[in-house]
Amino acid sequence: MESFVNRYRNLTILLLVIFAQFLLLAVQVKNDQDVRIIRVWTVTAVTPFARVVELMRGGSIGFLRNYILLHDEDAENRRLRAEVGQLKLQNIFLKNELNTSERAKALGVFQAHTPSRTLAATVIGTGAGSNAKVIYVDAGSTRGVERGMAVVTPDGIVGKVIASYPTASEILLATDADFAAGVISQDGTVRGTLKGQGTPLVKVDYVPIQERVQPGEWFYTSGDDRIFPRGFPVGIVRSVRDGQPFKEILLDAVGLDRGLEDVLIITQGVHQNIPAVPVADQPVYIAPPLPDESRNAAPAAAGAPPITEADKLRQEYQAAGEAEGHKFGSIESGPPNFTGIPTTLPKTPGPAAALPGGAKPAAGAATKTTESTRHSNQANGEPTGSKQR
Amino acid sequence: MAYSSGRMLLSRSDGPVSRFRAWVFIVVPLLAILFQVYVPLFFPILSFLEMPLLVVVYLALTQRSQAGGIVTGALIGLAQDSLSKNPLGMFGICKTLVGYFAASVGVHFNVENTAIRLLLSFFFYFFHQFFYWVMQRMLLAQQPAFDYQSWLLFGALNAVVGTSLFHFLDKLRASA
Repeated sequence: MESFVNRYRNLTILLLVIFAQFLLLAVQVKNDQDVRIIRVWTVTAVTPFARVVELMRGGSIGFLRNYILLHDEDAENRRLRAEVGQLKLQNIFLKNELNTSERAKALGVFQAHTPSRTLAATVIGTGAGSNAKVIYVDAGSTRGVERGMAVVTPDGIVGKVIASYPTASEILLATDADFAAGVISQDGTVRGTLKGQGTPLVKVDYVPIQERVQPGEWFYTSGDDRIFPRGFPVGIVRSVRDGQPFKEILLDAVGLDRGLEDVLIITQGVHQNIPAVPVADQPVYIAPPLPDESRNAAPAAAGAPPITEADKLRQEYQAAGEAEGHKFGSIESGPPNFTGIPTTLPKTPGPAAALPGGAKPAAGAATKTTESTRHSNQANGEPTGSKQR
Repeated sequence: MAYSSGRMLLSRSDGPVSRFRAWVFIVVPLLAILFQVYVPLFFPILSFLEMPLLVVVYLALTQRSQAGGIVTGALIGLAQDSLSKNPLGMFGICKTLVGYFAASVGVHFNVENTAIRLLLSFFFYFFHQFFYWVMQRMLLAQQPAFDYQSWLLFGALNAVVGTSLFHFLDKLRASA
């Protein structure tokens, strides 16, 4: 027996190792439960390295893009390299700061506006399988992340947390074949189930063929799945076909369109209304540029406290009253004589008539009026100002 | 020159066993897994590369120890499983078998030759993908596509990358 084992030692080890793994696999499949401890060990061992790599990438990519590549490309600038070196380094520093702050700002703005409570996290890795549609982020159970939480970006939904480890969390992307979420069309008439396919496009399933869905229509989360709060953008309909027994609707997943670097994990979801206008089609108001005069006047006024025309008028009347010994607010002192104050109203009526002191309206005043009207119109929902999609 | 070129290719039972420093067995698999986890995030086109598999093949081939190949394959496979969404053991079993067979090949053949390495990398990639596909169907009751054309193409690409990688890893061998 001993000689048999010695002779087939390697084969015996192979069979034992394979059998042990089959057993492990069978336990997981049968109980539908994970052997969590092995995953925790591995993720805890690997994610710190991934985080270091991500930090190095974030810090060095700007340097590579803005200095080394350009530096080598432009041979003509070699002569000037010493002179502009300091400026370039400053520029690199500022650009890196800007890149970082822009990413954080976009998330910050979204966080401030969404009623749901969210937690920002950085993507530090993908799943290890060749067809993996999972990612890892640097926020884990120690920061309050739990399995089943929704993950979004300002553009739309990203996926959901399928495992939470102390230092990281695993997120199943919306494009994975195992992903599902309840969705609703923009007009609220069509409900379906979003499913990943393992490709960049996702599909909406279980929509009866008599329902009307048009390409270009938006879908939002319906909140039915108890994972995603209602009202988060999901995608735009790319194609619609009649299948059996349901429609075959394919969407562009807008949350994954622009790549993933930072995401928000919804720790406490609040349902929202479906917006009347798709997010991407909402007009953005761009204010007119500052008038030259006010730009020039700004430095001069920087030292003095800001004063309006009404304040100036008030000061004139107050000075006239004080010169007469009048006490403002007191009943005992008689009415002041303001006839000594020169007339300030212009003869012609119009918007300038409101200006005190006979001052002509500044060049910027007309612009200011227009601007304030625009703001007012914008508040009333009227289309003013330039719009940018 | 005691051997003919044919013998050089076919026999290495009396050749030296490659030795590595201990850190190589930890750092290289870790880097391979980090590559698999991190690089496709920014370069999705590189997601076809199976770095952990190539490392298993290399270590098993050069160690010429079937038991070592089994352990290496099992550990790297389980680590890869831990970072995927599949149950633990899927990559583990595939890579255990790859480690065993690669080590068996390493015992009987001279695997220093570039052409042999290219062929073996291609073969083991295809074997790995096919066995994984079989296990998905048989054990997990999934219905993955039998995309053998992609496997052939990616196998060839992995073989090319693997040959270069092996050349680099050769430099990490401890000098006798």
